[in-house]
Amino acid sequence: MPEILQVNNLETQFFTEGGLVKAVDGVSYHIDEQEIVGLVGESGCGKSVSQLSVMQLVSTPGKIVGGEIIFDGQNLLELEANGPEMRSIRGAKIAMIFQEPMTSLNPVLTIGRQLTETLELHMGLNKSASREKAIEALRDVGIPSAESRIDDYPHHFSGGMRQRVMIAMGLSCNPKILIADEPTTALDVTTQAQLLELMKDMVEQYHASLVIVTHNLGVVARYAQRIYIMYAGRIVEAGTTKDIFADPRHPYTIGLLKCIPRLDEERGRKLVPIVGLPPNLINMQPTCAFSPRCSYKSEKCLKEPWPPLTHLGNEHYVGCFNE
Amino acid sequence: MNTQLNEHILDVRDLKMYFPVTRGLLRKKVADVKAVDGVTFKVKRGETLGLVGESGCGKTTIGRCVLRLYQPNDGQIFFEGEDIIPLPEKGIREVRRKMALIFQDPYSSLDPRQSAGSIVGEPLKIHDMVESPIEYRDRVDELFRIVGLDPSMSDRFPHEFSGGQRQRIGVARALACEPSLVICDEPISALDVSIQAQVINLLEELQEGLKGLSYLFIAHDLSVVRHISDRVAVMYLGRIVEVTDSQTLYDDPQHPYTQALLSAVPIADPFIEETRERIILQGEVPTPLDPPPGCSFHPRCSRVIPECSQAVPPLKTVGAEHEVACIRV
Repeated sequence: MPEILQVNNLETQFFTEGGLVKAVDGVSYHIDEQEIVGLVGESGCGKSVSQLSVMQLVSTPGKIVGGEIIFDGQNLLELEANGPEMRSIRGAKIAMIFQEPMTSLNPVLTIGRQLTETLELHMGLNKSASREKAIEALRDVGIPSAESRIDDYPHHFSGGMRQRVMIAMGLSCNPKILIADEPTTALDVTTQAQLLELMKDMVEQYHASLVIVTHNLGVVARYAQRIYIMYAGRIVEAGTTKDIFADPRHPYTIGLLKCIPRLDEERGRKLVPIVGLPPNLINMQPTCAFSPRCSYKSEKCLKEPWPPLTHLGNEHYVGCFNE
Repeated sequence: MNTQLNEHILDVRDLKMYFPVTRGLLRKKVADVKAVDGVTFKVKRGETLGLVGESGCGKTTIGRCVLRLYQPNDGQIFFEGEDIIPLPEKGIREVRRKMALIFQDPYSSLDPRQSAGSIVGEPLKIHDMVESPIEYRDRVDELFRIVGLDPSMSDRFPHEFSGGQRQRIGVARALACEPSLVICDEPISALDVSIQAQVINLLEELQEGLKGLSYLFIAHDLSVVRHISDRVAVMYLGRIVEVTDSQTLYDDPQHPYTQALLSAVPIADPFIEETRERIILQGEVPTPLDPPPGCSFHPRCSRVIPECSQAVPPLKTVGAEHEVACIRV
């Protein structure tokens, strides 16, 4: 499948009182048409900020300071963040679902109003047509008696139902890319499974690509075709899901896989934690940020700047001197 | 009687905890939320029992009843052979010394204006466990060392610690009075993935080191619960639907809800996931205000028959220490 999104050397920085935070520090990745991609990392690794950068939703003290975001042959960073061209892409061609469905829906507007707003704005539909389309969208995501529930407010819905509304909203304008930022983290296990399955089916039906931003390795193992592993603002390993799980090469990826309990493991397996803590991103050294926690580190890691990604064959890339 | 005393540190029988729903100026009771509705289980000395279920299933309420932070409506809770429900406030204090609680959120469960040392040492003072300031100091230092923190950090305040370190402070505080039962209520769900393993390993090592320490481990993450527990009880809407050892739980789950819950947890292995059967439950957990009649899982169950809505199925034994509450099993 051809590429739909190509991000080159993206740099997003936050100019805080405490110092400079390089939240996204030279990140390059691509998404193919109709592909499900996983972006994996712990809190503060820059996975959400990189996606907000694609949407041009980074606000002060944050700023996108470099790179390119090529979508449909056009560099989005050349567009004005609040200009009409970017507005016609954001929410319409690239849509986003956030982690907290309570805070990302407006509590004082009905679900219907929030759904029709996007439809009227992006699709140019009139009131009755957009209402019709909104009801259909709600029905598609499995909300029972959509015709009456459309006039309810967000607090009338449970967490899982709210996230269904968010999915309906995200897909209502037939986007090319749906970005789901920790879409199920706040929800119960069985609801998580329902929603992920729904999202997978829906993007298939709409021929869209899905980016799942998560810290859960199980979720990407189940749904993603390719994954990117992020640490401290950088992509440290990339590849097809199978390559990465069968043959993880970056010490951080190896560490992550060893430190999580697996549902199917034999009793008595000891977890191997990653020593130390995730780094503080303020005024970081240019060397590999994982080296203080790394058991494979060498002299080179402590002296030279962060290693670039090297190609290991078949779309598998790793950023480590000692792989 | 005596052997039974020694074997089971905790023996909960038919526990019921209802929360009244009141309405109007006179706060007239209009209904009950049946948070825990007839739960029976036992924890052996030195064992970890996992309590797993989705939000609202009553697992936290059980933990709080065991600590007598709630006064249950009905049932018995035998702790070290003594029923603690009828105990007066003074007696319960003595019992609470031998039980401890580790909370979910290491950010809100530590007083931000108290130093780490005084947080860990406070239970020692409350329960008169130390006789002199020197003994107090030594004991606090020792507790810091047990959980892998440097005692020189005891003058620092909670905000100076990371999430994982704060949870270690919480564990040290729980161990201060040498409890025989620790109730862990989602102790790792607020932590980062790479830090969770550190806390799980700490809890396991403590149990190996302190012989006879038992855990009641409450969590929603089935892979974590399976990893740490000897036996697991699966809850749904205020009742236990299946209890078994954690190996059998994965190898041979019997209750349709347990099967669905297991299937909903993705395994971090794309090769296994490719061929795994997925059971996607329809609908949501009903409100405990108005639970469905009979087996409360029946509206979502794939194996439902008309009899399922008639009576609450009791737990029945299907194997060695394996009990299931389902008439279809």
